[in-house]
Amino acid sequence: MSLIKPTRRGLLKGGAFAGAALAAPTFFTSQANAYTNAPSGGSVTLGFNVPQTGPYADEGGDELRAYELAVEHLNGGGDGGMMNTFSSNALKGNGILGNKVEYVTGDTQTKSDAARASAKSMIEKDGAVMISGGSSSGVAIAVQGLCQEAGVIFMAGLTHSNDTTGKDKKANGFRHFFNGYMSAAALAPVLEKMYGSDRRAYHLTADYTWGWTQQESIQAATEAKGWTTVNNVLTPLATTDFSSYVAPVLNSGADILVLNHYGGNMINSLTAAVQFGLRDKMVNGKQFEIVVPLYSRLMAKGAGENVKGIFGSTNWHWSLQDEGSKAFVKSFGTKYGFPPSQAAHTVYCQTLLYADACERAGTHNPCGVGEALEGFKFSGLGNGDVEYRADDHQCFKDVLVVKGKENPTSEFDVLEVVEVTPRAQVEYAPDHPMFAGGELGKCNPGA
Amino acid sequence: MDQIILQLLNGLDKGSAYALIALGLTLIFGTLGVVNFAHGALFMIGSFCAVTLQKILKISQISIDETKVDFLGNALKVKTPYVEIWFGEATGQMIIDWSVPLAIIFSIPIMLFIGWAMERGLIKHFYNRPHADQILVTFGLAIVMQEIIKQFFGANPIPTPAPDFFKGSFDFGQFIGFEVNKIIYPYWRIIYFIFSAIIISGVFSFLRFTTFGMVVRAGMVDRETVGLLGINIDKRFTIMFGVAASVAGLAGVMYAPINSPNFHMGMDFLVLSFVVVVVGGMGSLPGAVLAGFMLGILESFASMNEIKSILPGIDQIIIYLVAIIILLTRPRGLMGKKGVMED
Repeated sequence: MSLIKPTRRGLLKGGAFAGAALAAPTFFTSQANAYTNAPSGGSVTLGFNVPQTGPYADEGGDELRAYELAVEHLNGGGDGGMMNTFSSNALKGNGILGNKVEYVTGDTQTKSDAARASAKSMIEKDGAVMISGGSSSGVAIAVQGLCQEAGVIFMAGLTHSNDTTGKDKKANGFRHFFNGYMSAAALAPVLEKMYGSDRRAYHLTADYTWGWTQQESIQAATEAKGWTTVNNVLTPLATTDFSSYVAPVLNSGADILVLNHYGGNMINSLTAAVQFGLRDKMVNGKQFEIVVPLYSRLMAKGAGENVKGIFGSTNWHWSLQDEGSKAFVKSFGTKYGFPPSQAAHTVYCQTLLYADACERAGTHNPCGVGEALEGFKFSGLGNGDVEYRADDHQCFKDVLVVKGKENPTSEFDVLEVVEVTPRAQVEYAPDHPMFAGGELGKCNPGA
Repeated sequence: MDQIILQLLNGLDKGSAYALIALGLTLIFGTLGVVNFAHGALFMIGSFCAVTLQKILKISQISIDETKVDFLGNALKVKTPYVEIWFGEATGQMIIDWSVPLAIIFSIPIMLFIGWAMERGLIKHFYNRPHADQILVTFGLAIVMQEIIKQFFGANPIPTPAPDFFKGSFDFGQFIGFEVNKIIYPYWRIIYFIFSAIIISGVFSFLRFTTFGMVVRAGMVDRETVGLLGINIDKRFTIMFGVAASVAGLAGVMYAPINSPNFHMGMDFLVLSFVVVVVGGMGSLPGAVLAGFMLGILESFASMNEIKSILPGIDQIIIYLVAIIILLTRPRGLMGKKGVMED
C-alpha cells in the first residue's frame, strides 16, 4: 500500500480540478434553466387559466374551446384556422419551435386569489411556460403580477380595464383585447350622431377596477361631445336587484342611462331599466335611451329582448367578413356547432401570437418572446392592421360599435355591427393620464 | 316625497321575496327543527321550473329553409314550436308568452316532490344531530343542486320574460296625484307583491283555519304530546317540508322575469333570508314576514343617493347593521319565542 505524499502544488492542482468539476454542472444548469420552465422532452406546456366554475363559466368554457382549437392548429391538426390568414408566416403547424404543444387548465372562479393559486400551480407543478386567460380585469391584473414575479409570459384574455395596460402594466404581460378608453373613443361619436350633443347622462357603475376606468373613459369621451353627466352611482359587484338604483334615474333630469356593467350585472341592470319603462319615456323633450359601453354576445343573450336597439362596443364579432374572421368562424363553428364569442377570439389570437413570437425569437425565453411581441405589426387575425405597442404592451386595432339586433334570425344573432371604428380614432399616447401611474419595468425570465 | 314613495314600493317588492323565502325557512325550522341552508336552492329550482316549462313549450319541429343560410353558409334550420303547429301560430305564441304564470301550476307538484325527497332521503337522518351538522349537510346539498342545474342549463342567466300583457310600468304617481312619470313602477313587480301577499295569507290561513294546520301548530309547540295523542306528526311535518319547498319554488317562479334565472341565484338570497329569520325571531312565522318586509324597505332606502352621500356604503351593510341592533336589544328577534334555539 503506498501513500501519496501531499504537496502544496498537488493541493492547488487538485483544488482547481475539484472547483472546475463542481462549477461545471452549475454552469450547464444555469444555461439550461436560463428561464422558467424551459421546454424539454420535445413538448412545451401552456397554461390556460379561465373561469370554469362561477358566474362566468360559460365565457370560460368558450375560451377553453378556442384554446383547444389553437393548440390543435399549432400542432398541425384541423384546417389551420387563422394560421392560414395570419400575416406572419413563422408558424408551420409543427408545434412551437418543433416542440409539440400541450396544455393544462386552471379554474380562476373569477376570484383573484383562486386565479393566482391556479396559475402558480400550473407554473410550478405543470411547468407551464406561458399563462393565458381571464374573464375579469381584477383577475387578469392579479395573474399578470404573478407571472411577472414567476418569470413567465402572460397573454391576457378578456380584460377591458384601462389599468391592465395602464397603471398595472407589466413587462411580461400582453393584452390583445381592447380597453375602456378605446370603447369610449369609438362609441362617443356614434352616440353623438344618434342621440345628439345636448344630452344628460346618468351612470351606474360596477364598483371595481373595470367599472371605474370604463366610467371615467365614457364620461370624458361623451362630455367632449357636449354631453353633461348628471350623476355617477357606484353599485356593489354583488348586486342582483338593481331596482333601487334604477328607480331614481327618471327623476334625475337625465335622458340617457349609461350602464358601466358587465356580465350578470349588465343583464340585471338592463333588465331592471327596461322593466321600469325607461326606454318608453320622454325626458327633456327627448326619447330616453340606454347605453352599454361593453357588450359580450354571450351575456347579451342573457338579457333577451332587452338589448334590442341598445348601443355598445365589442372587440370582435363573428359576423365580420374579413378572411381571418371567416376562417376562425368556420373552424370553430365546424368543430363546436356554434359561432365563437369575442372571448374565444381574443384567446385564440393570443395563443397564435405567443407561438409566432417564440418562432420569430427562436426561444421560449420570456425576454426574447417579449422583444418579438413589442412593436409587432400584423394582420389577418380579424381586426384589420394591428400593432402590439412596445410602450405598454397594448394591442391597437379597429373597434366595433354594435347594437342589439331588432330582428334576430337565430339565437346567436344578438348584436349587429353598426360601425368599424378605425384604429387611429381609438389610439392614445402612452403617457395619457388615464393610463398613468405604473411602470412596465424589465422583463423577468425567472429561473 | 316621490323618491320616498318609490323606494317604499321597491322595499315592499324586495321584501316580498325575502318574506316568502324566510317564511319557508321558518316553517321548516319551526316544524322539524332543521336549519335548512338548501332553501335558497329551492328558490332557484323554482325559477328553473319556469325556464324548463318555457323550454318545453318551445320544443320545435325543425325544417330546412334552402333560401337562407346559417353562420357557416349551410341551409338554415328553421324551428317551429309544436304548440304553434298544434294550436295555430297565435294561440301557440300566446301559450309560450304565458309560460311563467303557467309554470306556477307546473312547479307545485315538482317542488312538493323535491321537498318530500329531500326530507325523506336526507334531512330526516339529521333530526337529532347538532345544528352545525344540519347546516353543513344542507349547504352541501345546495351546492350539489346548483351544480346540477349548471350542468343542464349552463352558467349564463336565461331570459324568462313576463307575458307581454304585464310588460311596461304603472304610473303610480299619477294615480295618487303626483306629476306624470314621477313614480313609475313595473307591472310585474306589482304582481309579484300581490302574489306574495296571497301566498303568505294562504299559508297563514292553512295553518290557522284547517285541522291539519292546527295539528301542525300544536306539534310545533309540543311535538311529544301531539305524538302521544296518536297523531303521526312526522308525516304532517314531512308534508310541511313539501309545502315550504313549494312556497320557495313559487317565489322563484314569479321572480324569473325580474332577474333572469341563473344557477347561483339561490345563494344570493340565502344569507339575507337567514338574517331575516333571525331578526324576525327563530320559529316565528309572522316575525319572518314582518322582518322580510322591514329589511327590504330599509335596504331600498339605504340605496337612495341622498342617504349614500351622507353614509357611503350604507346600502351594503344596512341589513346586517339593523340585525345587530335588533339582536342586541331583542335577543330573540322581533317576535321570537322563549326557548327556541336556546338549548
